[in-house]
Amino acid sequence: MEKKMANRKKQYSRRDNINGFLFALPWIIGFTCFSIIPLLTSLYYSFTEFNPVKDPVWVGLDNFRYILKDPLVIKSLKNTLFMAFVSTPVNLFIALLLATLLNRSFKGRGIARTIFFMPSIIPMIAATMVWIWMFDPTYGYINRVLGMLGITGPSWLMNPAYTKWALVLMGTWCTGTTMLICLAALQDVPKSYYEAAEIDGANAVQRFVKITLPCVAPVLVYQAILNIINAFQYFTQVYVIINASSGGGSSNAGGGPANSILMYPLYLFNTAFSYMKMGRASAMAWILFVVVSVMTFLMIKVTKKFSQNGAGDE
Amino acid sequence: MKKSNGYYKKKLKKIPVTVLMLVLCVIFLSPFLVMVTTSLKTNADAFQLPVKLWPRKVIWDNYPEAMEQIPFLLYFRNTIIITVFSVAGQLISTPLIAYSLAKIKWRGATLISSLIMGTMMIPYTVTMIPLYRIWNNLGLTNTYLPLIVPMFCGSPFYIIIMRQFFTGLPNSLMEAAKIDGASEFRRYVSLALPLSKPALTTVGIQSFIAAWSDYLAPLIYINKTDKLTLSLGLQQFLGTFSTDWTHLMAAATLFVIPVIIFFLIFQKNFVEGISTSGLKA
Repeated sequence: MEKKMANRKKQYSRRDNINGFLFALPWIIGFTCFSIIPLLTSLYYSFTEFNPVKDPVWVGLDNFRYILKDPLVIKSLKNTLFMAFVSTPVNLFIALLLATLLNRSFKGRGIARTIFFMPSIIPMIAATMVWIWMFDPTYGYINRVLGMLGITGPSWLMNPAYTKWALVLMGTWCTGTTMLICLAALQDVPKSYYEAAEIDGANAVQRFVKITLPCVAPVLVYQAILNIINAFQYFTQVYVIINASSGGGSSNAGGGPANSILMYPLYLFNTAFSYMKMGRASAMAWILFVVVSVMTFLMIKVTKKFSQNGAGDE
Repeated sequence: MKKSNGYYKKKLKKIPVTVLMLVLCVIFLSPFLVMVTTSLKTNADAFQLPVKLWPRKVIWDNYPEAMEQIPFLLYFRNTIIITVFSVAGQLISTPLIAYSLAKIKWRGATLISSLIMGTMMIPYTVTMIPLYRIWNNLGLTNTYLPLIVPMFCGSPFYIIIMRQFFTGLPNSLMEAAKIDGASEFRRYVSLALPLSKPALTTVGIQSFIAAWSDYLAPLIYINKTDKLTLSLGLQQFLGTFSTDWTHLMAAATLFVIPVIIFFLIFQKNFVEGISTSGLKA
Protein backbone atom coordinates (compact mmCIF):
# COMPACT_ATOMS: atom_id res chain seq x y z
CA MET A 1 0.00 0.00 0.00
CA GLU A 2 2.71 2.47 0.99
CA LYS A 3 4.75 1.53 -2.00
CA LYS A 4 1.77 2.16 -4.21
CA MET A 5 1.26 5.56 -2.65
CA ALA A 6 4.90 6.40 -3.19
CA ASN A 7 4.67 5.31 -6.78
CA ARG A 8 1.61 7.42 -7.27
CA LYS A 9 3.21 10.47 -5.77
CA LYS A 10 6.10 10.16 -8.14
CA GLN A 11 3.71 10.20 -11.09
CA TYR A 12 2.53 13.70 -10.34
CA SER A 13 4.90 16.33 -11.56
CA ARG A 14 4.90 19.67 -9.81
CA ARG A 15 3.84 21.41 -12.98
CA ASP A 16 0.92 19.04 -13.50
CA ASN A 17 -0.23 19.64 -9.96
CA ILE A 18 -0.19 23.39 -10.48
CA ASN A 19 -1.89 23.17 -13.88
CA GLY A 20 -4.54 20.76 -12.65
CA PHE A 21 -5.30 23.00 -9.72
CA LEU A 22 -5.53 26.12 -11.88
CA PHE A 23 -7.82 24.43 -14.42
CA ALA A 24 -10.11 23.18 -11.68
CA LEU A 25 -10.03 26.49 -9.81
CA PRO A 26 -13.49 27.70 -10.95
CA TRP A 27 -15.01 24.56 -9.53
CA ILE A 28 -12.99 24.73 -6.32
CA ILE A 29 -14.16 28.32 -5.74
CA GLY A 30 -17.75 27.39 -6.58
CA PHE A 31 -17.67 24.32 -4.38
CA THR A 32 -16.37 26.35 -1.45
CA CYS A 33 -18.70 29.34 -1.85
CA PHE A 34 -21.87 27.75 -3.15
CA SER A 35 -21.79 24.26 -1.62
CA ILE A 36 -19.61 23.65 1.39
CA ILE A 37 -19.89 27.01 3.19
CA PRO A 38 -23.70 27.25 2.74
CA LEU A 39 -24.06 23.62 3.76
CA LEU A 40 -22.21 24.15 7.04
CA THR A 41 -23.80 27.55 7.66
CA SER A 42 -27.17 25.90 7.17
CA LEU A 43 -26.30 23.40 9.91
CA TYR A 44 -25.42 26.26 12.27
CA TYR A 45 -28.61 28.14 11.29
CA SER A 46 -30.71 25.11 12.19
CA PHE A 47 -29.89 25.78 15.86
CA THR A 48 -30.80 29.47 15.58
CA GLU A 49 -33.74 31.66 14.68
CA PHE A 50 -33.48 34.61 12.30
CA ASN A 51 -35.02 36.43 9.36
CA PRO A 52 -33.74 38.85 6.71
CA VAL A 53 -33.82 41.75 9.17
CA LYS A 54 -32.84 39.91 12.35
CA ASP A 55 -29.45 38.25 12.95
CA PRO A 56 -29.32 34.59 14.06
CA VAL A 57 -29.98 33.93 17.76
CA TRP A 58 -28.98 30.57 19.24
CA VAL A 59 -32.05 28.56 20.27
CA GLY A 60 -30.51 25.11 20.72
CA LEU A 61 -32.75 22.22 19.72
CA ASP A 62 -35.97 24.27 19.73
CA ASN A 63 -36.38 24.13 15.95
CA PHE A 64 -36.09 20.36 15.85
CA ARG A 65 -38.50 19.96 18.76
CA TYR A 66 -41.02 22.19 17.02
CA ILE A 67 -40.65 20.36 13.70
CA LEU A 68 -41.21 16.93 15.23
CA LYS A 69 -44.45 18.16 16.80
CA ASP A 70 -45.73 20.20 13.84
CA PRO A 71 -48.68 18.37 12.26
CA LEU A 72 -48.02 20.14 8.96
CA VAL A 73 -44.52 18.68 8.80
CA ILE A 74 -45.99 15.21 9.23
CA LYS A 75 -48.64 16.01 6.62
CA SER A 76 -46.07 17.32 4.13
CA LEU A 77 -43.87 14.27 4.74
CA LYS A 78 -46.80 11.96 4.03
CA ASN A 79 -47.57 13.83 0.82
CA THR A 80 -43.93 13.67 -0.23
CA LEU A 81 -43.74 9.94 0.51
CA PHE A 82 -46.86 9.44 -1.61
CA MET A 83 -45.12 11.10 -4.54
CA ALA A 84 -41.95 9.10 -3.90
CA PHE A 85 -43.57 5.68 -3.69
CA VAL A 86 -46.65 6.01 -5.91
CA SER A 87 -45.41 8.33 -8.62
CA THR A 88 -42.04 6.59 -9.01
CA PRO A 89 -43.31 3.11 -9.95
CA VAL A 90 -45.93 4.64 -12.24
CA ASN A 91 -43.28 6.74 -13.97
CA LEU A 92 -40.91 3.79 -14.32
CA PHE A 93 -43.68 1.65 -15.77
CA ILE A 94 -44.58 4.29 -18.36
CA ALA A 95 -40.93 4.98 -19.16
CA LEU A 96 -40.18 1.29 -19.66
CA LEU A 97 -43.33 0.80 -21.72
CA LEU A 98 -42.45 3.69 -24.02
CA ALA A 99 -38.84 2.55 -24.27
CA THR A 100 -39.91 -1.01 -25.14
CA LEU A 101 -42.25 0.30 -27.82
CA LEU A 102 -39.45 2.43 -29.24
CA ASN A 103 -36.91 -0.39 -29.14
CA ARG A 104 -38.07 -1.84 -32.46
CA SER A 105 -37.50 -0.58 -35.94
CA PHE A 106 -40.58 0.94 -37.52
CA LYS A 107 -41.49 3.94 -39.62
CA GLY A 108 -41.65 7.13 -37.62
CA ARG A 109 -39.58 5.84 -34.71
CA GLY A 110 -37.56 9.03 -34.48
CA ILE A 111 -40.69 11.18 -34.49
CA ALA A 112 -42.31 9.07 -31.76
CA ARG A 113 -39.18 9.35 -29.62
CA THR A 114 -39.20 13.12 -30.05
CA ILE A 115 -42.88 13.29 -29.09
CA PHE A 116 -42.37 11.22 -25.94
CA PHE A 117 -39.26 13.08 -24.88
CA MET A 118 -40.25 16.67 -25.67
CA PRO A 119 -42.43 17.24 -22.58
CA SER A 120 -39.33 16.77 -20.42
CA ILE A 121 -37.62 19.85 -21.81
CA ILE A 122 -40.64 22.15 -21.60
CA PRO A 123 -40.20 24.76 -18.85
CA MET A 124 -41.91 23.35 -15.78
CA ILE A 125 -43.91 26.50 -15.18
CA ALA A 126 -45.44 26.50 -18.66
CA ALA A 127 -46.18 22.75 -18.53
CA THR A 128 -47.83 23.09 -15.12
CA MET A 129 -50.04 25.92 -16.29
CA VAL A 130 -51.24 23.95 -19.30
CA TRP A 131 -52.07 21.02 -17.02
CA ILE A 132 -53.95 23.25 -14.57
CA TRP A 133 -56.08 24.37 -17.51
CA MET A 134 -56.59 20.80 -18.70
CA PHE A 135 -57.58 19.73 -15.17
CA ASP A 136 -60.31 22.37 -15.00
CA PRO A 137 -63.40 20.39 -13.95
CA THR A 138 -65.82 22.17 -16.31
CA TYR A 139 -63.78 23.56 -19.18
CA GLY A 140 -60.78 21.25 -19.06
CA TYR A 141 -59.99 18.66 -21.72
CA ILE A 142 -59.35 15.77 -19.37
CA ASN A 143 -62.87 15.71 -18.01
CA ARG A 144 -64.20 16.36 -21.51
CA VAL A 145 -62.45 13.22 -22.78
CA LEU A 146 -63.57 11.26 -19.71
CA GLY A 147 -67.10 12.53 -20.34
CA MET A 148 -67.01 11.21 -23.89
CA LEU A 149 -66.08 7.82 -22.41
CA GLY A 150 -69.08 8.10 -20.08
CA ILE A 151 -67.08 8.89 -16.94
CA THR A 152 -67.83 11.91 -14.80
CA GLY A 153 -64.40 13.34 -14.06
CA PRO A 154 -63.56 14.63 -10.58
CA SER A 155 -62.66 18.23 -9.85
CA TRP A 156 -59.01 17.25 -9.96
CA LEU A 157 -57.13 20.08 -8.33
CA MET A 158 -59.87 21.07 -5.88
CA ASN A 159 -60.77 17.75 -4.36
CA PRO A 160 -58.15 16.63 -1.80
CA ALA A 161 -58.82 13.00 -2.73
CA TYR A 162 -57.65 13.61 -6.31
CA THR A 163 -55.01 16.35 -6.13
CA LYS A 164 -52.07 13.99 -5.70
CA TRP A 165 -53.34 11.68 -8.44
CA ALA A 166 -53.45 14.70 -10.71
CA LEU A 167 -49.76 15.25 -9.90
CA VAL A 168 -48.99 11.60 -10.65
CA LEU A 169 -50.73 11.91 -14.02
CA MET A 170 -48.83 15.09 -14.76
CA GLY A 171 -45.58 13.35 -13.84
CA THR A 172 -46.07 10.57 -16.36
CA TRP A 173 -46.02 13.18 -19.10
CA CYS A 174 -42.51 14.27 -18.11
CA THR A 175 -40.87 10.87 -17.85
CA GLY A 176 -38.84 11.34 -21.04
CA THR A 177 -35.41 11.37 -19.44
CA THR A 178 -36.02 8.06 -17.68
CA MET A 179 -37.42 6.71 -20.95
CA LEU A 180 -34.27 7.65 -22.86
CA ILE A 181 -32.06 5.98 -20.29
CA CYS A 182 -34.25 2.85 -20.33
CA LEU A 183 -34.06 2.86 -24.12
CA ALA A 184 -30.26 3.06 -24.02
CA ALA A 185 -30.23 0.17 -21.53
CA LEU A 186 -32.55 -1.90 -23.72
CA GLN A 187 -30.29 -1.36 -26.69
CA ASP A 188 -27.35 -2.65 -24.67
CA VAL A 189 -29.03 -6.06 -24.19
CA PRO A 190 -27.13 -8.47 -26.49
CA LYS A 191 -29.25 -9.51 -29.49
CA SER A 192 -27.89 -13.09 -29.24
CA TYR A 193 -29.86 -13.62 -26.00
CA TYR A 194 -33.13 -13.03 -27.82
CA GLU A 195 -32.14 -15.18 -30.76
CA ALA A 196 -31.27 -18.06 -28.46
CA ALA A 197 -34.57 -17.67 -26.60
CA GLU A 198 -36.54 -17.59 -29.82
CA ILE A 199 -34.94 -20.84 -30.92
CA ASP A 200 -35.93 -22.32 -27.57
CA GLY A 201 -39.51 -21.25 -28.30
CA ALA A 202 -39.91 -18.52 -25.67
CA ASN A 203 -42.78 -16.12 -26.42
CA ALA A 204 -42.59 -12.33 -26.23
CA VAL A 205 -43.75 -12.11 -22.61
CA GLN A 206 -41.31 -14.80 -21.48
CA ARG A 207 -38.50 -13.09 -23.34
CA PHE A 208 -39.35 -9.80 -21.66
CA VAL A 209 -39.51 -11.25 -18.15
CA LYS A 210 -36.54 -13.62 -18.42
CA ILE A 211 -34.14 -11.59 -20.54
CA THR A 212 -35.06 -7.92 -20.80
CA LEU A 213 -36.00 -7.26 -17.18
CA PRO A 214 -32.90 -8.81 -15.56
CA CYS A 215 -30.66 -6.99 -18.04
CA VAL A 216 -32.14 -3.55 -17.41
CA ALA A 217 -32.75 -4.11 -13.67
CA PRO A 218 -29.64 -2.19 -12.50
CA VAL A 219 -30.65 0.83 -14.58
CA LEU A 220 -34.25 0.58 -13.34
CA VAL A 221 -33.17 0.45 -9.71
CA TYR A 222 -30.87 3.42 -10.21
CA GLN A 223 -33.65 5.39 -11.90
CA ALA A 224 -36.13 4.41 -9.20
CA ILE A 225 -33.94 5.77 -6.45
CA LEU A 226 -33.17 8.88 -8.48
CA ASN A 227 -36.92 9.40 -8.92
CA ILE A 228 -37.48 9.00 -5.20
CA ILE A 229 -34.73 11.51 -4.42
CA ASN A 230 -36.31 13.92 -6.90
CA ALA A 231 -39.67 13.47 -5.18
CA PHE A 232 -38.07 14.92 -2.08
CA GLN A 233 -37.31 18.05 -4.11
CA TYR A 234 -40.80 18.35 -5.63
CA PHE A 235 -41.56 22.04 -5.60
CA THR A 236 -42.32 24.09 -8.71
CA GLN A 237 -45.43 22.21 -9.80
CA VAL A 238 -47.24 22.43 -6.46
CA TYR A 239 -46.12 26.00 -5.87
CA VAL A 240 -47.61 27.06 -9.20
CA ILE A 241 -50.80 25.05 -8.76
CA ILE A 242 -51.45 26.54 -5.35
CA ASN A 243 -50.61 30.03 -6.58
CA ALA A 244 -52.96 29.60 -9.52
CA SER A 245 -55.89 28.76 -7.27
CA SER A 246 -55.17 31.52 -4.75
CA GLY A 247 -54.34 34.24 -7.26
CA GLY A 248 -50.85 35.08 -8.42
CA GLY A 249 -50.21 37.95 -6.04
CA SER A 250 -50.37 35.97 -2.82
CA SER A 251 -47.02 35.66 -1.05
CA ASN A 252 -48.17 32.73 1.05
CA ALA A 253 -48.61 29.70 -1.15
CA GLY A 254 -50.33 27.58 1.52
CA GLY A 255 -50.76 23.88 0.90
CA GLY A 256 -53.63 23.44 -1.54
CA PRO A 257 -57.04 21.93 -0.70
CA ALA A 258 -56.82 20.54 2.86
CA ASN A 259 -53.02 20.77 2.53
CA SER A 260 -53.23 17.75 0.25
CA ILE A 261 -50.37 18.87 -1.97
CA LEU A 262 -48.26 20.52 0.71
CA MET A 263 -44.93 18.91 -0.17
CA TYR A 264 -42.01 18.98 2.23
CA PRO A 265 -39.85 21.35 0.11
CA LEU A 266 -42.86 23.65 -0.35
CA TYR A 267 -43.51 23.78 3.38
CA LEU A 268 -39.81 24.48 3.86
CA PHE A 269 -39.95 27.31 1.33
CA ASN A 270 -43.07 28.78 2.97
CA THR A 271 -41.46 28.54 6.40
CA ALA A 272 -38.40 30.44 5.18
CA PHE A 273 -39.86 33.02 2.83
CA SER A 274 -43.50 33.46 3.92
CA TYR A 275 -43.41 32.88 7.67
CA MET A 276 -39.83 34.22 7.80
CA LYS A 277 -38.69 31.45 10.16
CA MET A 278 -35.35 30.90 8.46
CA GLY A 279 -33.75 29.00 11.33
CA ARG A 280 -36.59 26.52 11.48
CA ALA A 281 -36.49 26.17 7.69
CA SER A 282 -32.75 25.41 7.90
CA ALA A 283 -33.46 22.67 10.42
CA MET A 284 -36.05 21.23 8.03
CA ALA A 285 -33.51 21.45 5.22
CA TRP A 286 -30.92 19.52 7.20
CA ILE A 287 -33.39 16.76 7.98
CA LEU A 288 -34.07 16.56 4.25
CA PHE A 289 -30.34 16.53 3.54
CA VAL A 290 -29.76 13.60 5.90
CA VAL A 291 -32.64 11.64 4.35
CA VAL A 292 -31.41 12.27 0.81
CA SER A 293 -27.82 11.39 1.78
CA VAL A 294 -28.91 8.08 3.29
CA MET A 295 -30.88 7.28 0.15
CA THR A 296 -27.98 8.22 -2.07
CA PHE A 297 -25.73 5.92 -0.06
CA LEU A 298 -28.30 3.14 -0.47
CA MET A 299 -28.48 3.86 -4.18
CA ILE A 300 -24.73 3.42 -4.60
CA LYS A 301 -24.76 0.21 -2.52
CA VAL A 302 -27.72 -1.32 -4.34
CA THR A 303 -26.50 -0.37 -7.80
CA LYS A 304 -23.11 -1.90 -7.04
CA LYS A 305 -24.73 -5.09 -5.79
CA PHE A 306 -26.93 -5.30 -8.87
CA SER A 307 -24.12 -4.75 -11.32
CA GLN A 308 -22.02 -7.37 -9.50
CA ASN A 309 -24.90 -9.84 -9.71
CA GLY A 310 -25.31 -9.02 -13.38
CA ALA A 311 -21.62 -9.68 -13.97
CA GLY A 312 -21.89 -12.96 -12.07
CA ASP A 313 -24.71 -14.18 -14.27
CA GLU A 314 -22.79 -13.75 -17.48
CA MET B 1 -49.64 -19.06 -50.60
CA LYS B 2 -48.40 -20.19 -47.24
CA LYS B 3 -45.73 -17.53 -47.21
CA SER B 4 -48.09 -14.64 -47.88
CA ASN B 5 -50.42 -15.95 -45.20
CA GLY B 6 -47.66 -15.71 -42.66
CA TYR B 7 -46.79 -12.28 -43.92
CA TYR B 8 -50.32 -11.01 -43.34
CA LYS B 9 -50.44 -12.70 -39.96
CA LYS B 10 -47.34 -10.81 -38.96
CA LYS B 11 -48.83 -7.56 -40.21
CA LEU B 12 -52.06 -8.23 -38.31
CA LYS B 13 -50.13 -8.94 -35.15
CA LYS B 14 -48.48 -5.54 -35.44
CA ILE B 15 -51.77 -3.63 -35.53
CA PRO B 16 -52.45 -3.48 -31.76
CA VAL B 17 -48.91 -2.21 -31.10
CA THR B 18 -49.21 0.40 -33.84
CA VAL B 19 -52.56 1.56 -32.49
CA LEU B 20 -51.17 1.77 -28.96
CA MET B 21 -48.26 3.77 -30.29
CA LEU B 22 -50.52 6.22 -32.11
CA VAL B 23 -52.76 6.65 -29.07
CA LEU B 24 -49.74 7.34 -26.88
CA CYS B 25 -48.37 9.85 -29.38
CA VAL B 26 -51.70 11.69 -29.39
CA ILE B 27 -51.83 11.69 -25.59
CA PHE B 28 -48.29 13.02 -25.28
CA LEU B 29 -48.93 15.71 -27.88
CA SER B 30 -52.29 16.81 -26.52
CA PRO B 31 -51.02 19.28 -23.87
CA PHE B 32 -49.09 21.10 -26.62
CA LEU B 33 -52.21 21.11 -28.78
CA VAL B 34 -54.32 22.40 -25.90
CA MET B 35 -51.82 25.17 -25.25
CA VAL B 36 -51.73 26.35 -28.85
CA THR B 37 -55.44 25.96 -29.64
CA THR B 38 -56.47 27.74 -26.43
CA SER B 39 -54.20 30.62 -27.39
CA LEU B 40 -56.15 30.96 -30.65
CA LYS B 41 -59.56 31.15 -28.99
CA THR B 42 -61.63 34.06 -27.83
CA ASN B 43 -62.27 34.10 -24.12
CA ALA B 44 -65.95 33.28 -24.70
CA ASP B 45 -64.94 30.35 -26.87
CA ALA B 46 -62.62 28.92 -24.21
CA PHE B 47 -65.44 29.02 -21.67
CA GLN B 48 -68.19 27.63 -23.87
CA LEU B 49 -69.66 24.18 -23.47
CA PRO B 50 -69.23 21.63 -24.89
CA VAL B 51 -65.45 22.00 -24.74
CA LYS B 52 -63.95 21.80 -28.21
CA LEU B 53 -60.29 21.36 -28.97
CA TRP B 54 -60.32 23.39 -32.17
CA PRO B 55 -61.30 27.08 -31.84
CA ARG B 56 -64.77 27.87 -33.13
CA LYS B 57 -63.13 30.88 -34.70
CA VAL B 58 -59.33 31.22 -34.96
CA ILE B 59 -58.06 34.57 -33.72
CA TRP B 60 -54.46 35.78 -33.33
CA ASP B 61 -55.23 38.82 -31.18
CA ASN B 62 -54.28 37.02 -27.97
CA TYR B 63 -50.61 37.18 -28.90
CA PRO B 64 -50.18 40.96 -29.25
CA GLU B 65 -52.60 41.48 -26.35
CA ALA B 66 -50.70 39.11 -24.07
CA MET B 67 -47.48 40.95 -24.89
CA GLU B 68 -49.08 44.16 -23.68
CA GLN B 69 -50.81 42.79 -20.60
CA ILE B 70 -47.47 41.94 -19.04
CA PRO B 71 -44.25 43.74 -20.00
CA PHE B 72 -43.41 40.76 -22.20
CA LEU B 73 -40.53 42.26 -24.15
CA LEU B 74 -38.88 43.51 -20.96
CA TYR B 75 -39.12 40.08 -19.34
CA PHE B 76 -37.94 38.52 -22.59
CA ARG B 77 -34.88 40.75 -22.52
CA ASN B 78 -34.23 39.96 -18.83
CA THR B 79 -34.48 36.25 -19.49
CA ILE B 80 -32.12 36.52 -22.46
CA ILE B 81 -29.53 38.42 -20.39
CA ILE B 82 -29.58 35.74 -17.69
CA THR B 83 -29.54 32.92 -20.25
CA VAL B 84 -26.65 34.32 -22.29
CA PHE B 85 -24.45 34.82 -19.25
CA SER B 86 -25.39 31.44 -17.78
CA VAL B 87 -24.56 29.59 -20.99
CA ALA B 88 -21.33 31.55 -21.40
CA GLY B 89 -20.39 30.74 -17.82
CA GLN B 90 -20.96 27.04 -18.29
CA LEU B 91 -19.13 26.97 -21.61
CA ILE B 92 -16.10 28.72 -20.14
CA SER B 93 -15.87 26.82 -16.86
CA THR B 94 -17.04 23.25 -17.49
CA PRO B 95 -14.47 22.30 -20.17
CA LEU B 96 -11.65 23.77 -18.07
CA ILE B 97 -12.67 21.71 -15.05
CA ALA B 98 -13.37 18.59 -17.07
CA TYR B 99 -9.99 18.90 -18.80
CA SER B 100 -8.26 19.08 -15.45
CA LEU B 101 -9.99 15.86 -14.38
CA ALA B 102 -9.59 13.93 -17.61
CA LYS B 103 -6.30 15.01 -19.13
CA ILE B 104 -4.04 16.31 -16.36
CA LYS B 105 -2.54 13.77 -13.98
CA TRP B 106 -2.57 15.66 -10.73
CA ARG B 107 -3.09 14.95 -7.08
CA GLY B 108 -6.60 16.39 -6.67
CA ALA B 109 -8.28 14.85 -9.72
CA THR B 110 -9.77 11.77 -8.05
CA LEU B 111 -10.90 13.66 -4.96
CA ILE B 112 -12.61 16.36 -7.02
CA SER B 113 -14.30 13.77 -9.23
CA SER B 114 -15.94 12.13 -6.24
CA LEU B 115 -16.80 15.48 -4.64
CA ILE B 116 -18.59 16.48 -7.86
CA MET B 117 -20.74 13.38 -7.61
CA GLY B 118 -21.38 14.28 -3.99
CA THR B 119 -22.51 17.85 -4.69
CA MET B 120 -25.06 16.52 -7.19
CA MET B 121 -26.91 15.05 -4.24
CA ILE B 122 -27.11 18.21 -2.12
CA PRO B 123 -30.75 19.36 -2.28
CA TYR B 124 -31.13 22.95 -3.42
CA THR B 125 -33.26 23.69 -0.38
CA VAL B 126 -30.31 23.07 1.94
CA THR B 127 -28.03 25.73 0.46
CA MET B 128 -30.90 28.03 -0.47
CA ILE B 129 -31.27 29.89 2.83
CA PRO B 130 -27.58 30.65 3.55
CA LEU B 131 -27.05 31.68 -0.07
CA TYR B 132 -30.06 33.97 0.10
CA ARG B 133 -28.70 35.53 3.28
CA ILE B 134 -25.24 36.07 1.75
CA TRP B 135 -26.59 37.71 -1.41
CA ASN B 136 -29.10 39.71 0.62
CA ASN B 137 -26.39 40.99 3.00
CA LEU B 138 -24.29 41.96 -0.01
CA GLY B 139 -27.29 43.94 -1.27
CA LEU B 140 -27.32 41.94 -4.50
CA THR B 141 -30.84 40.52 -4.48
CA ASN B 142 -32.89 41.93 -7.36
CA THR B 143 -29.76 41.79 -9.49
CA TYR B 144 -28.93 38.87 -11.77
CA LEU B 145 -25.60 38.12 -10.10
CA PRO B 146 -26.99 35.40 -7.76
CA LEU B 147 -28.33 33.64 -10.85
CA ILE B 148 -25.29 34.09 -13.08
CA VAL B 149 -22.17 33.87 -10.89
CA PRO B 150 -22.64 30.21 -9.83
CA MET B 151 -22.82 29.26 -13.52
CA PHE B 152 -19.18 30.31 -13.94
CA CYS B 153 -18.18 27.57 -11.51
CA GLY B 154 -19.50 24.68 -13.60
CA SER B 155 -22.44 22.37 -12.90
CA PRO B 156 -21.73 18.72 -11.95
CA PHE B 157 -23.89 17.25 -14.69
CA TYR B 158 -22.15 19.19 -17.47
CA ILE B 159 -18.68 18.55 -16.04
CA ILE B 160 -19.39 14.81 -16.17
CA ILE B 161 -20.49 15.03 -19.82
CA MET B 162 -17.37 16.99 -20.76
CA ARG B 163 -15.05 14.77 -18.74
CA GLN B 164 -16.34 11.67 -20.50
CA PHE B 165 -15.73 13.33 -23.82
CA PHE B 166 -12.19 14.43 -22.98
CA THR B 167 -11.32 10.99 -21.63
CA GLY B 168 -12.18 9.63 -25.08
CA LEU B 169 -9.72 11.95 -26.86
CA PRO B 170 -6.48 10.13 -27.79
CA ASN B 171 -3.58 10.92 -25.47
CA SER B 172 -1.05 10.52 -28.28
CA LEU B 173 -2.18 13.81 -29.78
CA MET B 174 -1.61 15.66 -26.53
CA GLU B 175 1.74 13.98 -26.01
CA ALA B 176 2.90 15.05 -29.44
CA ALA B 177 2.00 18.65 -28.72
CA LYS B 178 3.72 18.38 -25.36
CA ILE B 179 6.93 17.26 -27.00
CA ASP B 180 6.65 20.22 -29.34
CA GLY B 181 6.76 22.40 -26.25
CA ALA B 182 3.14 23.54 -26.15
CA SER B 183 2.00 24.55 -22.68
CA GLU B 184 -0.96 22.87 -20.98
CA PHE B 185 -3.23 25.83 -21.65
CA ARG B 186 -2.03 26.00 -25.24
CA ARG B 187 -2.87 22.33 -25.74
CA TYR B 188 -6.26 22.88 -24.16
CA VAL B 189 -7.16 25.84 -26.34
CA SER B 190 -5.76 24.71 -29.66
CA LEU B 191 -6.26 20.94 -29.43
CA ALA B 192 -8.84 19.82 -26.89
CA LEU B 193 -11.41 22.59 -27.33
CA PRO B 194 -11.70 22.50 -31.12
CA LEU B 195 -12.14 18.71 -30.98
CA SER B 196 -14.89 18.87 -28.39
CA LYS B 197 -17.50 20.80 -30.34
CA PRO B 198 -20.18 18.06 -30.00
CA ALA B 199 -19.82 17.94 -26.21
CA LEU B 200 -19.73 21.74 -25.98
CA THR B 201 -22.94 21.87 -28.01
CA THR B 202 -24.58 19.45 -25.58
CA VAL B 203 -23.55 21.52 -22.59
CA GLY B 204 -24.57 24.74 -24.33
CA ILE B 205 -28.04 23.58 -25.27
CA GLN B 206 -28.74 21.97 -21.91
CA SER B 207 -27.61 25.00 -19.95
CA PHE B 208 -29.64 27.22 -22.27
CA ILE B 209 -32.82 25.31 -21.52
CA ALA B 210 -32.04 25.16 -17.81
CA ALA B 211 -31.44 28.91 -17.55
CA TRP B 212 -34.41 29.79 -19.74
CA SER B 213 -36.78 27.66 -17.67
CA ASP B 214 -35.35 28.30 -14.21
CA TYR B 215 -38.06 29.16 -11.75
CA LEU B 216 -36.94 28.61 -8.16
CA ALA B 217 -33.78 30.75 -8.23
CA PRO B 218 -35.45 33.81 -9.80
CA LEU B 219 -38.37 33.30 -7.41
CA ILE B 220 -36.01 33.62 -4.46
CA TYR B 221 -33.79 36.44 -5.65
CA ILE B 222 -35.97 38.60 -7.90
CA ASN B 223 -39.12 40.37 -6.77
CA LYS B 224 -38.96 43.78 -8.42
CA THR B 225 -41.59 43.91 -11.16
CA ASP B 226 -39.26 45.30 -13.81
CA LYS B 227 -36.56 42.71 -13.10
CA LEU B 228 -38.69 39.58 -13.44
CA THR B 229 -37.98 36.79 -15.88
CA LEU B 230 -40.53 35.29 -18.25
CA SER B 231 -41.02 32.23 -16.05
CA LEU B 232 -42.02 34.51 -13.16
CA GLY B 233 -43.90 36.97 -15.37
CA LEU B 234 -46.27 34.29 -16.69
CA GLN B 235 -47.76 34.14 -13.22
CA GLN B 236 -49.21 37.60 -13.62
CA PHE B 237 -51.97 36.09 -15.74
CA LEU B 238 -53.21 34.13 -12.77
CA GLY B 239 -56.01 36.20 -11.31
CA THR B 240 -57.55 36.04 -7.89
CA PHE B 241 -61.00 35.05 -9.14
CA SER B 242 -60.45 33.85 -12.65
CA THR B 243 -57.44 33.27 -14.82
CA ASP B 244 -57.13 34.75 -18.27
CA TRP B 245 -56.38 31.42 -19.91
CA THR B 246 -56.40 32.46 -23.57
CA HIS B 247 -53.79 35.17 -23.04
CA LEU B 248 -51.82 33.03 -20.62
CA MET B 249 -51.60 30.23 -23.19
CA ALA B 250 -50.49 32.71 -25.86
CA ALA B 251 -47.69 33.96 -23.60
CA ALA B 252 -46.79 30.39 -22.61
CA THR B 253 -46.55 29.40 -26.27
CA LEU B 254 -44.20 32.30 -26.96
CA PHE B 255 -42.16 31.29 -23.90
CA VAL B 256 -41.91 27.64 -24.94
CA ILE B 257 -41.23 28.08 -28.67
CA PRO B 258 -37.50 28.97 -28.39
CA VAL B 259 -36.92 25.90 -26.22
CA ILE B 260 -38.66 23.61 -28.71
CA ILE B 261 -36.80 25.09 -31.67
CA PHE B 262 -33.41 24.68 -29.99
CA PHE B 263 -34.33 21.19 -28.89
CA LEU B 264 -35.39 20.10 -32.37
CA ILE B 265 -32.21 21.50 -33.94
CA PHE B 266 -29.85 19.94 -31.38
CA GLN B 267 -31.90 16.88 -30.49
CA LYS B 268 -29.11 14.45 -31.27
CA ASN B 269 -26.63 16.07 -28.89
CA PHE B 270 -29.28 16.32 -26.25
CA VAL B 271 -30.33 12.70 -26.38
CA GLU B 272 -26.75 11.43 -26.45
CA GLY B 273 -25.81 13.58 -23.46
CA ILE B 274 -28.63 12.11 -21.39
CA SER B 275 -28.11 8.51 -22.46
CA THR B 276 -24.37 8.46 -21.81
CA SER B 277 -24.31 10.38 -18.54
CA GLY B 278 -27.41 8.57 -17.29
CA LEU B 279 -26.02 5.11 -17.84
CA LYS B 280 -22.53 5.72 -16.60
CA ALA B 281 -23.01 8.16 -13.76
